[in-house]
Amino acid sequence: MQKNRFDSVFFQRLLDALLPFAAVLAAFLIGAVLLLLQGVNPLEAYQALFVGAFGNKNGLSDTLVKAIPLMLVGLGIAIAFRGGVINIGAEGQIIVGSLLTTFLVVQMGENVPAFWGIVIGMIAGAFMGAVWGAIPGYLKAKLGVNEILSTIMMNQIAIQIGFYLLRGPMIDPAELEAGTNIPHSARLARLYDLPRFTDLAQSLGLTKSAEELGLKGFTAELYGVLVEPSRLHTGLFLAILAAILVYVLLWRTTIGYRIRSVGLNPHASRYAGMMVERTMILSMTLSGMFAGLAGAVEILGLHHRMFEPTAVSAGYGFSGIVAALFGKLHPLGIIPSSILFGGLLVGGDKMQRAMQVPQVLITAILGLVVLFVVSTDYFVKKRANRRVSADNSAPPESEDTPPVGVEVQA
Amino acid sequence: MNNGDLTTLTIIVGILHSGIRLATPYLYAAIGEMFSQRSGVLNLGVDGIMLMGAFFGFFTVFKTGSLLLGVLAAAFVGGLMGLILCVVSITYQAEQGISGIGLYMFGLGASSLLFKTMLGTVEGIQGFSELHFCVGSFCLADVPVIGEIFFNHSLMTYGAYALVPLAWWVLNKTTWGLKVRSVGQNPEAADSLGVNVIQVRYTAVTLGGVLAGIAGASLSISLLGIFQENLTNGMGFIAVALVYFGSWKPVGVLAGALLFSIVNALQLWVQVLNLNIPSDVAVMLPYLLTIIALALPFRRSLQPAMLTKPFTRGEN
Repeated sequence: MQKNRFDSVFFQRLLDALLPFAAVLAAFLIGAVLLLLQGVNPLEAYQALFVGAFGNKNGLSDTLVKAIPLMLVGLGIAIAFRGGVINIGAEGQIIVGSLLTTFLVVQMGENVPAFWGIVIGMIAGAFMGAVWGAIPGYLKAKLGVNEILSTIMMNQIAIQIGFYLLRGPMIDPAELEAGTNIPHSARLARLYDLPRFTDLAQSLGLTKSAEELGLKGFTAELYGVLVEPSRLHTGLFLAILAAILVYVLLWRTTIGYRIRSVGLNPHASRYAGMMVERTMILSMTLSGMFAGLAGAVEILGLHHRMFEPTAVSAGYGFSGIVAALFGKLHPLGIIPSSILFGGLLVGGDKMQRAMQVPQVLITAILGLVVLFVVSTDYFVKKRANRRVSADNSAPPESEDTPPVGVEVQA
Repeated sequence: MNNGDLTTLTIIVGILHSGIRLATPYLYAAIGEMFSQRSGVLNLGVDGIMLMGAFFGFFTVFKTGSLLLGVLAAAFVGGLMGLILCVVSITYQAEQGISGIGLYMFGLGASSLLFKTMLGTVEGIQGFSELHFCVGSFCLADVPVIGEIFFNHSLMTYGAYALVPLAWWVLNKTTWGLKVRSVGQNPEAADSLGVNVIQVRYTAVTLGGVLAGIAGASLSISLLGIFQENLTNGMGFIAVALVYFGSWKPVGVLAGALLFSIVNALQLWVQVLNLNIPSDVAVMLPYLLTIIALALPFRRSLQPAMLTKPFTRGEN
């Protein structure tokens, strides 16, 4: 046991790191069976999916556009899960966040400087999401209400509030005049649109096309993503910055230490003098805050107006969970993971167009990914336990994987 | 004045009648989920199972015309979905709050996929019709008020209500029920007495799946007679909440399901009657009620002690 310990630990860690990929592969295999049953060649369908998502500049920029909300929501999910609370309410938090952002920024007209308008819009979204997360957090900490159930109920309430506001107080005056009464808000002033990548490239003087620079193949496509007109907006930088901030928060601050400690073992944390209830509320609040921010960024960067609430949240509350789990609940893992799953969502759309395979296949595959990823945790845990019992003096300490040592029963 | 009274009575009868009817899928799903949770497993995937049951039940009836086959198909698919959750949550000890969400997403995606490729458009079927309990020319359904409220529902609805005492009997008066309760409360003790904890949990969760499948079918082939994408629209999650609401007891679940459905019916009537309440606010009401009900203080102590806690033999 002692002989090849370093090698074997390294090997085990490598296995742990590969397990999520095996999970995705397994999910795709089952998806392939579903496709075969429909008489569709799964290889062709999956090729259409991946080429559509990652193969050219249009696919890539769409993928990154979807990765932005996934990343922000995924970060929030990771904070909650690390803190031992389960937030299924990101859908609702996105919706209330985007509602308040839209409301405030529409009220501004064009009277606030662009920068401050955007900042206020984002703070508003984050704040509203935080409130929507704090409520179930408080109910759990103080009244023992199961947060999974309360967040699911809060989603439905948020959807209805959204419809109510968009049919009444927040409806686009133009819709009222035209008498069509489609429930959406007025467009925000263009002043407050988040700059797009193409705007940024122009202000940096990158005006030459890929051909002029002599770029070919995939490099040319990548260059095109950065420079050519697309929907890709600078919310991406914000999301990546947020990931770094969450990393610092969770692993370099006392608050983060408390959150993780309570998540790992609330009893030991209480014994160590931490305020477990308050920390739970904080985890849920932060979690909701990032989902609300995602809503704000979607409005300011992409939609520029609020419409049907479920179309704005677009299932990110659930796919964000998948991105967070696949990223091993680590902020820096969530960045690539969000891009991967953003790609799946975009590729599903392309696959539907190319092969007439309904896009909902992706939802089924995402569900399978979740099932496989949470199942493989078992093997990671088992090996971690074996490592602990092999050498009790040095329990595994890692920042990359959720620390899963022996669980102490109270 | 008299006329006004008559209208009020009609509305009350209407609300109670639809309330009893709407409770059908909640009852099947929540009673099933109650067994699962009493054994210590939280199945959050009920909504996904219901969707699969609803689709397969509907599709079978659409193709064969046999309602019985439809219910059986839904039960079978529901049981399979339940088994998937067993493997993930019991054998592989996955975090139960998340594994159920995975199952939900799978059920949502797969049922929509099958619907789109195998049916394409929303079709209607002749589902379960209402029973009238007639003797000669006299029908119980014709009895004013009582008859109108209670005696013109479908077999599926009566089945759901019959399930409540049956579930109580199984849970409290049979050996298997005792095993279910014991593995949810103290699996180590049950194990030491020779109860196969894993096996009991498997059967309880699979039974929960079967009932969730039937719940879906009750929606697609009895209440509505159609299938469409996301037909349940979160009903399965409500069913899970109803188990908490009902303190893990069949009668409590029944009370919760009725209260929830009657509020829901009230909400539908608010829309029909064009009252001065925005319909969006009215739709919100049942969900708000659920949160408030979950916050009532006496419930926590009644929760199965080992709910969501996986069991490994030989630990502790």
